[in-house]
Amino acid sequence: MQIALSVKNLTKKFGDFTAVNNISFEVEDGKFFSILGPSGCGKTTLLRMIAGFHKPTSGIIEIREKNVLEVEPNKRPVNLVFQNLALFPMMNVFENIAFGLRRRGEKGPEVDKKVNVMLERVGLPGYGKKQINQLSGGQKQRIAIARALVLDPTVLLLDEPLGALDAKLREHMKVELKKLQVEVGTTFVYITHDQSEAMVMSDYVAVMNSGHFEQLDTPQNLYSNPASSFVAQFVGNNNKFIVGLKKDESGNFYATTPEGGQFLLSEPFDLQDQGTFEMYVRPEAMIINPSQGNKAINELNADVKAILFDGGNSRLLVVPENSKQELIVALPQNHQFDYIKAKDKIRVGWYPESAVCFKKSEEKIYEEL
Amino acid sequence: MKNSKPHKIRWSFIIFFIPVALWLFLLIVFPHLELLKMSFTGTDFYGKSGFTLENYGEFFKEPIYWRTFARTALYSIFVTFIVLVISLPVTFYITKIAKIKSQGFLTILVLIPFWVSELIRVYGWIILLRESGVINKFLLKIGIFKVPHEMLYNDITMVMGLVYTSMLFMIVPIIGVMESLDDALIEAAYDLGAKKTTIWRKIIIPYVTPGIMSGSIIVFMLVLGSYLTPKLMGGKNALWFTEQIYNSMIIYFNWNQGAAFGFLLLLLSSLIIFVALKVTRQDFKEVVK
Repeated sequence: MQIALSVKNLTKKFGDFTAVNNISFEVEDGKFFSILGPSGCGKTTLLRMIAGFHKPTSGIIEIREKNVLEVEPNKRPVNLVFQNLALFPMMNVFENIAFGLRRRGEKGPEVDKKVNVMLERVGLPGYGKKQINQLSGGQKQRIAIARALVLDPTVLLLDEPLGALDAKLREHMKVELKKLQVEVGTTFVYITHDQSEAMVMSDYVAVMNSGHFEQLDTPQNLYSNPASSFVAQFVGNNNKFIVGLKKDESGNFYATTPEGGQFLLSEPFDLQDQGTFEMYVRPEAMIINPSQGNKAINELNADVKAILFDGGNSRLLVVPENSKQELIVALPQNHQFDYIKAKDKIRVGWYPESAVCFKKSEEKIYEEL
Repeated sequence: MKNSKPHKIRWSFIIFFIPVALWLFLLIVFPHLELLKMSFTGTDFYGKSGFTLENYGEFFKEPIYWRTFARTALYSIFVTFIVLVISLPVTFYITKIAKIKSQGFLTILVLIPFWVSELIRVYGWIILLRESGVINKFLLKIGIFKVPHEMLYNDITMVMGLVYTSMLFMIVPIIGVMESLDDALIEAAYDLGAKKTTIWRKIIIPYVTPGIMSGSIIVFMLVLGSYLTPKLMGGKNALWFTEQIYNSMIIYFNWNQGAAFGFLLLLLSSLIIFVALKVTRQDFKEVVK
């Protein structure tokens, strides 16, 4: 497979602040690649360097194996879909999409044909004569993507283009965008802070935090095998336990909580560096009232504090015995657990393979964590 | 059906409206009506006054009048154009390139010269440019000039003076519009392959056209109706149509002639603004907003 975009040891400093810290990655032709990270992690800076709006402090950017660092943005074979879309209000839809083609010197029927094919492709045939302010949010979205795609870029860069849409439309556009990418086969590099957007659409996701990549993997692997405590917290929901580790005579590893709980782990750990660890168990990996006597399952007793009903995404808020820490447990809406009421006592269990454990990290992604 | 609802008298509206109406009527409408009447009045051989088109006829018969008229119109358009060409990069620099902290400072720098009267500003130029002025002395000293040159009293100096005195009135309206131009639009155009000149032509200028038009209208009317600058800096060779009006009314004491000239100037400015708005396809309401 040909490499569409290759970034090597890219660093960008603004004064003393390092926005992007020694990042390297490659994107194969025709893939949907996402960069996922909280705001301020440097993902926009990275994208703007690829587009050519920032000069990197050091490092190399190659597109189809050609170094593009000295190429101005208007000559690079990449196009950017802006966060606020940046459609030209002084032109109609047709002229917006034709803008790039005309800059290349294309004229007449050729431009007409390309624009109309593009409008058809984004599902807005016959919209050429409309003014930008006559379009809805989702339509503007599509026109902005059409305007960049019509130039047939090697890489299409998208800077959180769904951010401004309302929740329902965003869900819809996610699927649309993925379908469009598969159809046109262009390489997409998409940045977002929304993990669901990244997971649904991408072939590969890079999780970015304070200037570096924490993990670059398929969405499935990010979810099931997070490489760091940051990824475990940022991708999907997770319950965090502060634990210590110990090893028994038969070589099994256990996580121990300050309240005296002891949970089997599936992986060995290097116990040389003593200290506090963090164990993560996903709400959907938790089993409510597992069948009695299954030795393989870690169990704890807990009080149901509240039922957080949210349709298919319903959860239980539980507090383990002798503890103040709240846990979230997924509550399947298949009537199996209809008997559970607030203030009930239940047992919660999980398989050791479902838990991941990391050395306690200092950084926090959300203030409340 | 009878509208039985009695109209409530809106006293507050009347109280605030009366001064405006009086001001408009007494100071603008009434004198103009009087001048209009005057411009169609003439005294015949025997000293009897009556209706005549002679005042307007004089304008077309005497080449100096309509030549001054055409000269004034063309120079006003030219000055407006020069002011625009200088203002666009200046406003772009102030709103898009300068740091936010220095934006206010730069705007004040543009504004400060307008705290002193036009007369003082023009005298400032005279001190710099006259034969025994600062620039002549300096150039003589460093040896570029062998003898002092008179730099005042020609068309170039006059245009420069007019550009200087009207610059602010172009910059302020354009800054207002340029500030609302999203930087992403410029970047998007650049990203889509546009060169810098194309970005100016296709994105920036179309976007700020309402500002350009309102600035141009103000500058054009100011220049067309200015008296001090052309008189003091242009000297005898550079006649301005306002001087013709002044001469008719004050020197020759022919108020009827002056009134006719005044109306011709009013007609001219209205016509040129109307044409300019039509050509740039701008709505007058949009421009004065």
